[in-house]
Amino acid sequence: MSQVTPVFKREFGGYFRSPVAYVFLCAFLVISVALALSRFGGFFQSGVASMERYFEFFPWLFLFFVPAVGMRLWSEERRSGTAELLFTLPITTLDAVIGKFLAAWAFLTLAIILSFPLAITVGYLGSPDWGVLFCSYAGSILMAGGYLGVCSLTSACTKSQVISFVVSLIACAALLFLGLSAFTNFLEGFLPVGVADAVSNFSFITHFDAFTKGIVDPKDIMFFLSLMGFTLFLNVVTLER
Amino acid sequence: MIEVKDLVKTYGSKRAVNGVSFTVQRGDILGFLGPNGAGKSTTMKMITGFLRPNSGSARVDGIDVAVDPVAVKKRLGYLPENAPAYPEMTVEEFLCFIAEVRGFRGPARDGPVDRAVKLTHLEPVRKQSLETLSKGYKQRVGFAQALLHDPPTLVLDEPTDGLDPNQKNEVRTLIKNMASEKAVILSTHILEEVEAICNRVIIISQGRVVVDETPAQLQARQPNARLDEIFRSLTQSDT
Repeated sequence: MSQVTPVFKREFGGYFRSPVAYVFLCAFLVISVALALSRFGGFFQSGVASMERYFEFFPWLFLFFVPAVGMRLWSEERRSGTAELLFTLPITTLDAVIGKFLAAWAFLTLAIILSFPLAITVGYLGSPDWGVLFCSYAGSILMAGGYLGVCSLTSACTKSQVISFVVSLIACAALLFLGLSAFTNFLEGFLPVGVADAVSNFSFITHFDAFTKGIVDPKDIMFFLSLMGFTLFLNVVTLER
Repeated sequence: MIEVKDLVKTYGSKRAVNGVSFTVQRGDILGFLGPNGAGKSTTMKMITGFLRPNSGSARVDGIDVAVDPVAVKKRLGYLPENAPAYPEMTVEEFLCFIAEVRGFRGPARDGPVDRAVKLTHLEPVRKQSLETLSKGYKQRVGFAQALLHDPPTLVLDEPTDGLDPNQKNEVRTLIKNMASEKAVILSTHILEEVEAICNRVIIISQGRVVVDETPAQLQARQPNARLDEIFRSLTQSDT
């Protein structure tokens, strides 16, 4: 497992060696904050000192931003031939998968945390519930990991970053829509309520919502962690095939 | 040092490698020849553990690649075809990454990196990013990466590809100087190269070994012919 560190360091540093990281960070922060402050978000209109209006867009933003980070994870290595270099170095596939995943996750975490000036603003303007706020951040980071697991897997399946992006988007969208109330209502029309509930349990939204309300439920944490574990396991299998 | 036994690799219905066997001892420089698509690179990829053979085995120092790939990879230096590397890294960053993965952490890292840079004459471009390098320098970076941990066995896929005549000569001298304590396999299209540095030749055609002998023996097959004529007559069925 000691081999995870160099892979992590290289991958994480790689974001900052090219303009990719800066473009991504700026775009993510500008768009996420702009959405919250717009009339769709109603950050100020709501008159509440909380960041709920900021976080509620995250499942939708991640739908585009996480595949943008995840698409290159393996596609790029396979296309440029560096996968051959990486896998003839003395590391196991698991080390490489974990190292690269953690690097991308750390990068996404950085993007999420860099929105802290908004939290400070809220703290300055009113007295927010800091517990709820930290919960929302923790939930966002966990959810980013869940999305990223899916994207890392699809990236390992193809040499093309474009295909990787589109397939990730579709897979993440499917996992997102399962939890929309309109969709569950539709399912309940012809499925037993229990089954419809079970299906909606596989959605990001269902599990993320609780965090934004300040509820830390072990089953939500387990959902994201097991989603990451499962996708990374498939990722290893795909690469070793 | 390297033992290859009945390696078979199929892609779909095509047999890229069809029962290749040979051994390479310490001190040997084995020239791996064959037309494009004959299965040279595929064989090398199986020895280095990048591809899994359908059947047969490859052993390095008696360790089967399929059983303990990490142990084999520790003992191998491998230069893949076209020397792939991460374009946004500088030469130094790249070699430091390789050193760390190879287990040289902290201050222990500098020794091997300096040695590899010196051996391959990369000092002038040490701080340059890989995407700005010429083909010759890129190839040398790949070479430096393969030599970094002073491995007992080297697998080099077209090490002199893209180099100018002077650089080719330099790389050949480098390989020759190291050969006494290493087992080296190198693939090439250049027949003079085989004459110049190899003490054994394997010609592979349509996934099979057709020749396994010394360059002198190969020449003796048709004493008055040039090596490329002999090569052509042996691999004609491929074209």
